[in-house]
Amino acid sequence: MLEVENLRVELTYSSADIVDEISFHIVAGEVLGLVGESGSGKSTIGLALLGHQRRGARVAGGEVRLEGDNILTWSPGRLRKLRGGVVSYVPQDPSASLNPALRIGKQLEETLEAHAYGGSSKARHDRIDEMMSEVLLPADREFLQRYPHQLSGGQLQRVALAMAFACRPKVIVLDEPTTALDVTTQSHVLGTVRDLCVAHGVAALYVTHDLAVVASVADRLAVMYAGRMVELGPKEQLFKSAAHPYTKRLIQAVPDISGRFELVGIPGRAPPPGHRPEGCFFAPRCEFADDKARREFPGVTHVSESHQVRCWHAEEVFAEAARARGLRKDGSGRDEQDKGLLAVRGLQAYYRSRHVLHDVNIEVWPRQCVAVVGESGSGKTTLARCVVGLHREFSGEVLLRGKALETSARSRDQQSRRQIQYIFQSPYSSLNPRKTIGQIIAQPLRLFSDLGRRDAEARTIEALERVSLSGAYLSRYPDQLSGGERQRVAIARALAAQPSLLVCDEVTSALDVSVQAAIVELLGELQRDLGLGLLFITHNLALIRTIAQEVAVMADGRIVEAGPVASVLDSPQADYTKKLLSDTPSLTTV
Amino acid sequence: MTDQRTDVDGMSEAPVEPVSSPPPPRRSKRSPLAMTMARALRLGRTKVGLALVTVLVAVAAFGPLLAPESTTAFVGPPYQPPGEGAVMGTDFLGRDTLSRFLAGGRSVLILSLLATVLGLIAGVAIGLIAAYSRGSMDDVIMRSMDIVLAFPQIVFVLLLVSTIGPKLWLLVLTVAATHAPRVARLARGAALEVVERDFVKAAEVLGEPRWRILLSEILPNITSPLMVEASLRLTYSIGLVAAISFLGFGLQPPAADWGLMINENRVGLTVQPWPVALPTLAIALLTIGTNLIADGLARALIGVDRGTAEA
Repeated sequence: MLEVENLRVELTYSSADIVDEISFHIVAGEVLGLVGESGSGKSTIGLALLGHQRRGARVAGGEVRLEGDNILTWSPGRLRKLRGGVVSYVPQDPSASLNPALRIGKQLEETLEAHAYGGSSKARHDRIDEMMSEVLLPADREFLQRYPHQLSGGQLQRVALAMAFACRPKVIVLDEPTTALDVTTQSHVLGTVRDLCVAHGVAALYVTHDLAVVASVADRLAVMYAGRMVELGPKEQLFKSAAHPYTKRLIQAVPDISGRFELVGIPGRAPPPGHRPEGCFFAPRCEFADDKARREFPGVTHVSESHQVRCWHAEEVFAEAARARGLRKDGSGRDEQDKGLLAVRGLQAYYRSRHVLHDVNIEVWPRQCVAVVGESGSGKTTLARCVVGLHREFSGEVLLRGKALETSARSRDQQSRRQIQYIFQSPYSSLNPRKTIGQIIAQPLRLFSDLGRRDAEARTIEALERVSLSGAYLSRYPDQLSGGERQRVAIARALAAQPSLLVCDEVTSALDVSVQAAIVELLGELQRDLGLGLLFITHNLALIRTIAQEVAVMADGRIVEAGPVASVLDSPQADYTKKLLSDTPSLTTV
Repeated sequence: MTDQRTDVDGMSEAPVEPVSSPPPPRRSKRSPLAMTMARALRLGRTKVGLALVTVLVAVAAFGPLLAPESTTAFVGPPYQPPGEGAVMGTDFLGRDTLSRFLAGGRSVLILSLLATVLGLIAGVAIGLIAAYSRGSMDDVIMRSMDIVLAFPQIVFVLLLVSTIGPKLWLLVLTVAATHAPRVARLARGAALEVVERDFVKAAEVLGEPRWRILLSEILPNITSPLMVEASLRLTYSIGLVAAISFLGFGLQPPAADWGLMINENRVGLTVQPWPVALPTLAIALLTIGTNLIADGLARALIGVDRGTAEA
């Protein structure tokens, strides 16, 4: 059906390879999951299936055969016909691929017209109706008349799916199509993708960094590391007994909803094109690495007929039970003498005339992590912003150690401002790009203490080291750092204030899974070592068992269920919690 | 559907070294302002503009030292064509044209620079305050700016200068006042996007004073567009100051000044064109120069390679 053989894509200007020696095939009706961290080259491969490359990259060798025909030799005109017709693409962000100025019905029709699908206007409209019902969207005129901005994220992604499946493609490339969606929507979209591929015999390549997602949609998995496909096999086999150390570590870095396993981040980072070491690229981060691995990149070994791997030590790794994840050390349990740190009582919040939070009550104790979970729009971020004083339109009480706080951060006294620190969702936006890391971390020191220059610098370095960064970062600018490092800097800035409560608003959602694990690990450590209280806002249910002791589930601005993590997750009472739990993808349900 | 986004993950965000030791700087540490300037300098138009401005600034700055005659000495009969005793001939009173030209640039340049700087400072301050305060405060500020904007610049300046009198400080202030709302608009527009970013909120949560948020969080993020605006405003200032002098509300006779020279000598244009032509040419080239620089900066800013510059 679709075969890729020895594909090599390199940078145009330096001829450094982005990906190389990539071979795999996908049969009709099968979903192959392509997993890897940012920069591993997975999107590059996805694009190569469409005969396309990003600016600055070119295909330097290998073949992409569609029913035996190598599309890489095709003319641009022929490729254009191929794309969207025979091979189609679903991007990460559907709002970027839909024209905001055209009604969605019109856009679907244009796709069909462009590929001369359906002989008449009537036939095309029938096809659109059919497609809309397949992706579970209403096909009535009113809906098709809407513009993209009038649709929700999930609906937009469904429209993008309908568009991709419109011309009955043989191959479809899905590039992280659910990253922007919350769990409930995500699980629906994943189900739809699965059903459509099976029903229409489409060969699908599902590109993602989220193992849990791919577990619920793919048949087989291919794991990418630094431009090489290090392991390929049926997903059950990979999850049960991965033969490559990287795959194994990757699986350990995924938070599990059952919370039985400790999260283990992968130290170090993947080498980018042009900086890849001699020998096995994973060797510098690998516990199995020996001299041989540092000298020579391993070839393909077959663990079983359908399971191949590129590692010198595949047998040893394979032999170790992949699921030997460390059980969690329990740092929870609160000291009863501690006074309540934060109490939110009868909180009602508004946006202009809209009532967004209804009678919310939450308590956080020192050394305790309270998670607030809910879908986007449930009001959980508003709650966090009320607590830190960024959202002023609320009534009810926010008490810090029993003392009521003013509504806005500016009118609160210095001590309460210092004690509550906020960590933002995106470290790309929360650090001023014009300031050095040193200046950023020194900001709370300047405001909350009167340390001299030298003491302040020592404290800054101390804060950096607390988050596993070194003093050498002081003079760097945020854009010289990776996402994970930036988030560490944001945490260091909060720590410099010597807070007693950290409010974390979706702090891991902008990060890769291996980085996410490391950040959660760090927060857990800080909570234990410094006795911090944590208000941990997230939409990722799987994360909370690894970090939180208490959980509050929010829906439509109300807390529908609250209690200790174990009891809420194991025996949920509210229907909403049950639904949320069943929609969360997990590795163990495979 | 088949149009690929070019920003799919890949090398653009590929990080390098392990967490514990910092990566070597992958990008230059220069601010975007410096990078914009460096990019602008590679454009032909910027080079030409810079050359023109350099030559004319040199003429204005060092001209008085090179002038062969005093600016007020009579060296021949009025409107004497170029020749012995006066290289560029004489003006309507018989003074040396070249000497008056060389001496007359300073005032234009200094006055317009001062007006531009003042206008920029006022405009940036107003724009930042409006953008940061939002709501009714923003409306009040920007609507009152709109009122000032409704007057054509030259009419506004003439109105004030002709009522109060031809004072140089007044000229500078009024020209600056006409620039301020235009700069404020731009600064507000650029800052609106920045005030929404989380680092501003982070500073608020920490209780950073407002003025500090404006100056050290927001301002450094809008320097590039302000730079373009500054060179554009300088162009307008030169034009305005010269025009006001031409109309007689700037420097007063017998001072040497380019705008004034054009006015004084226009009657004899057919007999002795040089006292008019020289300053006209100088003002034209100077404004073309600053405008080319503004254009080059603007092009560098919105960038040919905008997509790849910042991932």
